[in-house]
Amino acid sequence: MQAFDYVAPKSLSEAVSLLEQKGERARVLSGGTDLIVQVRENRRDVDLIVDGKKVAELMELSFDSQSGLTLGACVPCVRFYEDAQISQLYPGLNDAALLIGGTQIQNRASFGGNLCNSSPAADSIPALIAHSAVCLIAGSGGTHTVAVEDFCTGPGRNVLGPKELLVSFHVPPPPKHFGAHYLRFIPRNEMDIAVVGCGASLEMESDLRTVKKARVSLGAVAPTPLLVAEAAAALEGRELDDSAIENAAAAARAAARPITDMRGTEEYRVHLAGVLTRRALETSLERAKED
Amino acid sequence: MNPTEVMEPAKTDVEKKYKVIGTRPIRHDGVDKVTGRAVYGADVQLPGMLHGKVLRSPHAHANIKSINTAKAEALYGVKAVMTAADFPDAGSRTANLGELGEVPLKPMCDNVMASDKAVYHGHAVAAVAATSPHIAEEALKLIEVDYEVLPPVMDVLKAMDEDSPLVHEDLYTDELGEKSSKPSNVASHTRHVKGDLSQGFAAADHVLEREYRCATVHQGYIEPHAATAMWNPDGYLTMWVTTQGAFTVRTSVHQILDIPVSKLKVIPTEIGGGFGGKIPVYGEPVAAVLSRKARRPVKVVMDRTEVFLATGPTSGSYVKLKMGVTNEGRITAAETMLAYEAGGYPGSIVALGGICMFAPYNIDNTTIDMYDVVVNKPKTAAYRAPGAPNSEFAVECMLDEFCQILDMDPMEIRLKNGAKEGDIQSHGIPHPRIGCLETTEAARDCEHYQTPLEGPNRGRGVASGYWVNAGLTSSVTARLNGDGTVTLQEGSTDIGGTRTSIAMQLAEVLGIPVEDVVPSVVDTDSVGYTEVTGGSRVTFATGWAAYNAGQAIKSQLIEQAAEIWKVDEDQVSLADGVITTTNGDSRSMTIKELAADLSQKGIDVGSRETVTPQNHGGAYATHVVDVEVDPDTGKVTILRYTAVQDAGRAIHPSYVEGQMQGGVVQGIGWALNEEYFYNKDGLLMNASFLDYRMPTSLDLPMIETIIVEVPNPGHPYGVRGVGEVPIVPPQAAISNAIARAVGVRLGDLPMSPQTVVKALSAKS
Ligand SMILES: Cc1cc2nc3c(=O)[nH]c(=O)nc-3n(C[C@H](O)[C@H](O)[C@H](O)COP(=O)(O)OP(=O)(O)OC[C@H]3O[C@@H](n4cnc5c(N)ncnc54)[C@H](O)[C@@H]3O)c2cc1C
Repeated sequence: MQAFDYVAPKSLSEAVSLLEQKGERARVLSGGTDLIVQVRENRRDVDLIVDGKKVAELMELSFDSQSGLTLGACVPCVRFYEDAQISQLYPGLNDAALLIGGTQIQNRASFGGNLCNSSPAADSIPALIAHSAVCLIAGSGGTHTVAVEDFCTGPGRNVLGPKELLVSFHVPPPPKHFGAHYLRFIPRNEMDIAVVGCGASLEMESDLRTVKKARVSLGAVAPTPLLVAEAAAALEGRELDDSAIENAAAAARAAARPITDMRGTEEYRVHLAGVLTRRALETSLERAKED
Repeated sequence: MNPTEVMEPAKTDVEKKYKVIGTRPIRHDGVDKVTGRAVYGADVQLPGMLHGKVLRSPHAHANIKSINTAKAEALYGVKAVMTAADFPDAGSRTANLGELGEVPLKPMCDNVMASDKAVYHGHAVAAVAATSPHIAEEALKLIEVDYEVLPPVMDVLKAMDEDSPLVHEDLYTDELGEKSSKPSNVASHTRHVKGDLSQGFAAADHVLEREYRCATVHQGYIEPHAATAMWNPDGYLTMWVTTQGAFTVRTSVHQILDIPVSKLKVIPTEIGGGFGGKIPVYGEPVAAVLSRKARRPVKVVMDRTEVFLATGPTSGSYVKLKMGVTNEGRITAAETMLAYEAGGYPGSIVALGGICMFAPYNIDNTTIDMYDVVVNKPKTAAYRAPGAPNSEFAVECMLDEFCQILDMDPMEIRLKNGAKEGDIQSHGIPHPRIGCLETTEAARDCEHYQTPLEGPNRGRGVASGYWVNAGLTSSVTARLNGDGTVTLQEGSTDIGGTRTSIAMQLAEVLGIPVEDVVPSVVDTDSVGYTEVTGGSRVTFATGWAAYNAGQAIKSQLIEQAAEIWKVDEDQVSLADGVITTTNGDSRSMTIKELAADLSQKGIDVGSRETVTPQNHGGAYATHVVDVEVDPDTGKVTILRYTAVQDAGRAIHPSYVEGQMQGGVVQGIGWALNEEYFYNKDGLLMNASFLDYRMPTSLDLPMIETIIVEVPNPGHPYGVRGVGEVPIVPPQAAISNAIARAVGVRLGDLPMSPQTVVKALSAKS
């Protein structure tokens, strides 16, 4: 590890101009639970660390019934799940916030860091996709938005330019009869990276049996988290019975194109994609019924 | 649990007989450890100390054509760079490693630092000492190594193939005592034969033949290896090491560096676990050479990745087993082939696997073939009951299969065939007094086993285990202080609370509170020769040395009291810390009073004891486990676990229970998720606690323990070693429980979720 500089800008414009100056040699620091580990283990070389936690926009957490949720990129998981209203309105995000690491990690780790680290197995990404979250990105040329499912481009890679940063997520307000769930499979009960993760959301008709809108997203089965449109298509407009769920699970298995590594074989991951899709949909339905 | 409950002595027969033994005093080193004051390997700091880092091979198998260290040497802050060329030529010298026997020195040197060839991913090839660890790390990047990459061989059976790549071109098989004509990865083939197999199988009504495999697993001690060396210009070398055996480090370093033992002092630090993995040396000779070159103290501390890459995992193994039983469940014959991976250099623990394999049972006809095989993995080291889990797993799984065929209770088949005193073992040696049957009976009768298990996808498994234990040499020095306390210096590093369990045995002899014994683990200049903390031997052997020291002090006190009272020694006795006359004139004084008097007179009371007890007596365990299997994901949840074990005599029951629980936890990890995962190039992909999945506290129920006491006639208090056997039964117990839960028998470890799913889908 070599020496590097650290700056904590107080405004978004200051943060952007620091990135302008250092380009690729600068990294934004959120909770540091990925970044610090990577630098210490010589997996990432940096000259400048730009701490985002003093920038108001990056630390905002608010809900508005019209525009929905604003979740600053650097807000730690703990603030999310300790907010009684927001955590209840976005149950899939809440599941993910409670799963990442343990209590100490959740005190620092952010959704923004989780997305920008762009691991295919990141727990919050399928949940963000299930909730239809959109990213607000800032650079010297101003701001623009990208849907979360279009953000990652490969393991550890994403659409951010070297001089850009993620400001916040914007998530639409949950419609009526809405439920969502994120779950992952790990061999132990703690301290593991998802072998497969699955986020799902359901918006039901008022009969609470017919699916109006569905979203299914998988993690750790492809170079990037996936939005499985075929799974949604297998559900929308239909009654959510066993065979519809099995069709969605089959679509998830078909969409999965995992690799074999120390966390699981290709075959096993495909199998789990189906199992988790089923379980995510079942819990989403229960939650929609309670909604 | 209410902490005061733990402190309450157990109300057992033992407690009535003994004053100290069988109680649960607070450990002498407890306060230092819970307040963070205890000094572990990496805590050592010396003035002017440098930090050493090791460059490791990025290849599993490669010839080292050249190493250029010039750029690293030129980096600001770098004070020394070394390679294997800095070690004296090992030639054909050998090293005596006590428990591990006489071993050739060259492989030991090469394992510490590769000379001509790297034989596993992470093999050390060079090292740097610099003024900060970060500079040392940067310097490693400047060392240029020219490798000729060779194809690796990663699996024991593939390595035994005729056309396998050779890990060592000059390794020949010791084939039943004869040297083979062609080089091979098989270092040795040995055999034990008892009785007549064909007769045995002819008498059987049911015969099964199966294969069993164990993945390579690591001890996973919490504290990484750390060594600090200070080599003075006068030639004296002092080392601070976290180790299971300070004397073993002294021997190893003296041999590798070819320096006189008298010029080398090893100071053991506190140790954060070893489980057998802290017996070999790794960074110790490296720190020493760097210190000699830099003329400053050098500390070499591994990180977790280095621990996984380059320190002793235990053998991955292949076991083929054929057994026959009668309709009544009597085992008539067993034939087995054991092939154990030794890692990059010969010397696996396959022999111990062979000795232990059938020891829980009395089988008339057995043949055991054992193969020690090199592969491109780190050189294996001992791991808790080394060799036994691999082989006994096979026997215990197969017995359970027979139980299902015969519709017989798993405890019944174990009792029916259970070994007892006088039975001849498969390697020809009769059993001494053992507690095999008593342990199984206690398991059968326990509340857990007597409570039915209900619910879908749930199953109960049973397995037994044996571990041979060890005696070996131990020394202590004890001295009575003027205030009546006893200072006790010992050579055994304290891994599991042995300062206290040793001190308790001395306290018992004198009838004084254990708090009046002040134990400390001292360096190699300050106590007699002591073998490693291993083989479950410390409470047994070092405890015996302390017992002898107690007896010596006792007779010296009696002698002194007799002198003062002007009576014959046989008219004086010592009990409960008080010396009295037995001639009816009822004179008495406490040890404290006599100690004060003697100290005033300048009379030294104390003793220096060395023992090498032989009759250590083996240890038996029987475990019961309930599991639930998620048939969709294959995940196995441990619902309840009970470990039953013969401790001979539980000196400090809490420490016995702790050993039992710890062994079970490691066994559960081995059973369910732990494995070295290599890619196709032989590179280790999961060298971290994130991806090398040891169980966390959330993966375990409270492990229930039942201590059985069948005293070992080979020890004054009946002690048997307890540390290792509890790692033996869990793997089979869990496999058997899975079989009974969901109807699939798994013979390959680990039984990870994906293997369970695969077996379930193959079944349906
Ligand atoms: C012990 C442990 C357990 C863990 N368990 C889990 C787990 O269960 N599930 C899981 O998914 N992850 C886990 N992680 C990984 C990590 O905690 C998560 O990915 C976390 O969400 C990262 O957030 P952070 O705020 O700490 O990010 P940081 O480490 O601060 O940043 C991560 C990356 O994102 C970049 N970045 C951060 N903020 C911005 C921004 N605003 N704009 C542009 N780039 C940015 C950084 O430069 C860096 O490259 C674990 C990590 C540890 C150490």
